[in-house]
Amino acid sequence: MHPAPAQVKWDAPSPAFEASWGKVMMWLFLLSDTLTFTGLLGGYGFLRASSQAWPTPEQVFNVNLVGFMTFLLICSSATMAAAVGTARRGETVRTGRLLGLTVLGGLLFLALQAYEWIHFIQAGARLASNPWGVPLFSTTFFVITGFHGLHVTAGVIYLTTVTFRALQGRLDPDGVETAGLYWHFVDLVWVFVFTFMYLI
Amino acid sequence: MAVVQAQLHEERPLSFWRRYIFSLDHKVIGIQYLVTSMAMALVGGLLAMLVRFALGWPEASGLTPASYMSAVTMHGTIMTFFVLSTALTGGFGNFLIPLQIGARDMAYPFLNMVSYWLYPVSLVVLLASYFVPGGPASAGWTAYPPLSVQGGTGQALWLISLAILIIAFLFGSLNYITTVLQLRTKGMSLLRMPLTVWGLFITAILSLLSFPMLLAASIMLLFDLLGGTSFFLPFNIVIDGGQVTAAGGDPLLYQHLFWFLGHPEVYILILPAMGMVSDIMANNARRPIFGYKTMVLSMAAIAVLSFLVWGHHMFVSGMHPLLGTAFMATTLVIAIPSAIKTFHWLATLWRGKLRFTPQMLFSIGFVSVFVTGGLTGLVLGSPALDMYVHDTYFVVAHFHFVMASASLFGIFAGLYHWFPKMFGRKMNERLGRIHFWIALPATYATFFPMHFAGIGGMMRRIYSIEFYDYLARFEGLNQFITIAAFIMGAAHMLFLVNFVWSLKYGERAEANPWQATTLEWETPSPPPHGNFGEELPEVHRWAYDYSVPGATTDYIPQTVSPRPVAAPGP
Repeated sequence: MHPAPAQVKWDAPSPAFEASWGKVMMWLFLLSDTLTFTGLLGGYGFLRASSQAWPTPEQVFNVNLVGFMTFLLICSSATMAAAVGTARRGETVRTGRLLGLTVLGGLLFLALQAYEWIHFIQAGARLASNPWGVPLFSTTFFVITGFHGLHVTAGVIYLTTVTFRALQGRLDPDGVETAGLYWHFVDLVWVFVFTFMYLI
Repeated sequence: MAVVQAQLHEERPLSFWRRYIFSLDHKVIGIQYLVTSMAMALVGGLLAMLVRFALGWPEASGLTPASYMSAVTMHGTIMTFFVLSTALTGGFGNFLIPLQIGARDMAYPFLNMVSYWLYPVSLVVLLASYFVPGGPASAGWTAYPPLSVQGGTGQALWLISLAILIIAFLFGSLNYITTVLQLRTKGMSLLRMPLTVWGLFITAILSLLSFPMLLAASIMLLFDLLGGTSFFLPFNIVIDGGQVTAAGGDPLLYQHLFWFLGHPEVYILILPAMGMVSDIMANNARRPIFGYKTMVLSMAAIAVLSFLVWGHHMFVSGMHPLLGTAFMATTLVIAIPSAIKTFHWLATLWRGKLRFTPQMLFSIGFVSVFVTGGLTGLVLGSPALDMYVHDTYFVVAHFHFVMASASLFGIFAGLYHWFPKMFGRKMNERLGRIHFWIALPATYATFFPMHFAGIGGMMRRIYSIEFYDYLARFEGLNQFITIAAFIMGAAHMLFLVNFVWSLKYGERAEANPWQATTLEWETPSPPPHGNFGEELPEVHRWAYDYSVPGATTDYIPQTVSPRPVAAPGP
């Protein structure tokens, strides 16, 4: 609870957690973002439960493709976790490589999502209508996967910045870990989106 | 990150822009928040006066039913989100948290600056809606669909503005929570923090957890409004004579999401005021706060319960009676921590050496209006009674007492109390007392008669009582309320005069003009950049060592080590 006096004059003498401010803030942000997704996914569940003619997801979606996308994201989480480890040991090049792989995983996920959206739109889905059933089916799909996609895009930009900083020799293990928290969160949310929108 | 912060705060002469406009200093940001909120209070207050004018003398006011509705909507929106929330959390939160916990600044000053600057941006978007075709939003501050989905550009701007403000609140909350958790000075354990910091801390947690729901709701509503979707539009709904093709949603979903935020929001407006009032009362009664730990616990209890009561806003929206009963139970339980706090305030005053400074008067006024409004909360919390008075002026009276006036009184108390710390001068006490002695009776004269109108069937947001014969008997009452409201508005203008006058001519304040114990009074008024001198203060006792038996002064600052006198604090 009371660590030794900090070296920097601006540091706080009695923090509640043995973690950097950035990491505490990221945890808090993720808590808040969890509730935003809870609102959206909860709303989706509420609407789906009160609709009579909700299409069966596996008849509309290519679950294999989306399963592969999920697999990609989980793999990128694994490389991210490895990057946190190498960053802590100060291995700049390996960290850069692993972070690069993570970014690649994110980009591939986004590309496949774009492919899925285009396919879906060509089959007749619109924001406010679709050929399979209630309009809300495609509305919730676009809004929720879109909102998640925005998070992945932000994550890709974030991780790219962290990668470049690492390769420039400004590797900050704590910063990598904080970025990792965000990336794991985005993956975790996708697992929920995948389960509720595609599987059930 | 710590190194970066240190670089940011190197002592060097800053340009005017960096020092006062795009400042990273939490004190400047806090004052910016307060001044902007005051400007918005003028807009919101003016709208309130217009609304009251229309209710007293419909023909003379010049408002049409449509512009009346938008005035009511904008008054509610501005006052709740853009005045009270921003002044309390943004203003006092920024100014007081680092000073009272002995920190040099917020955890992340840059994010803090961004948080402030998002606020004027959201204001511009909101006020821009006055210049678009169709005028500003007019679906009430709650923006219930399907009505709000029929709104035009004004409603869209309203939603975008709110979304921007939510992000500002998010950044602010992240900073407040992290700062309180991580940046407390040596000896400042959580249970030695002044109640002001507790109030602001719990509020930040509430807003971190509740605003995301409003964000989700406003994203969906924005899609309904602009994208032609139907999250909140049910089957077979007819808008403007045509059936909506995309349908199948549920307007109840919006109400659930909105009130999941909406109810914690009223505690976001009251908890910081509760904290500040507690500290001001202890200081002006020269007595320790009664039951410090119980005060903290009841604030925490209120915060937890506030997430479980949103359904009491929806008793008439179509709710299973059993669910209604459950929400009634959780709602009535909130009366317990609230009553505990009230009696603790009274016990703090009991046999104290009271100093009737303006901040003390407004703190006592706070307790008065909080109790008055809280008692009608018990009525509204019970479904059977609520169904009768729902959406009437009874509700308007209730929340204008318990939330609006109480929160506003808390802000006034805080401003009178911390003005010397902010600007190095005191506000004029005589003018402050006159302000209070007009404002308190005028507040009661304005809002109390609304109970009668509400029980008599006068519905809220009604443009003119002339639409219904049975409301004709309330014509005189409404004119009385309008005159009282004008007097109340004028009294608050007196505050503004005092504020501006004191900035230039107020009596110079020393470091600790109120003989207070907390850390912000240990540093010069106004505090220098970095708040404290070379060394951060070290805390040895709680914040309420007033009138300690055997001590030479009737207050012992938190920095005094326990050796010279025995302290009863924890």
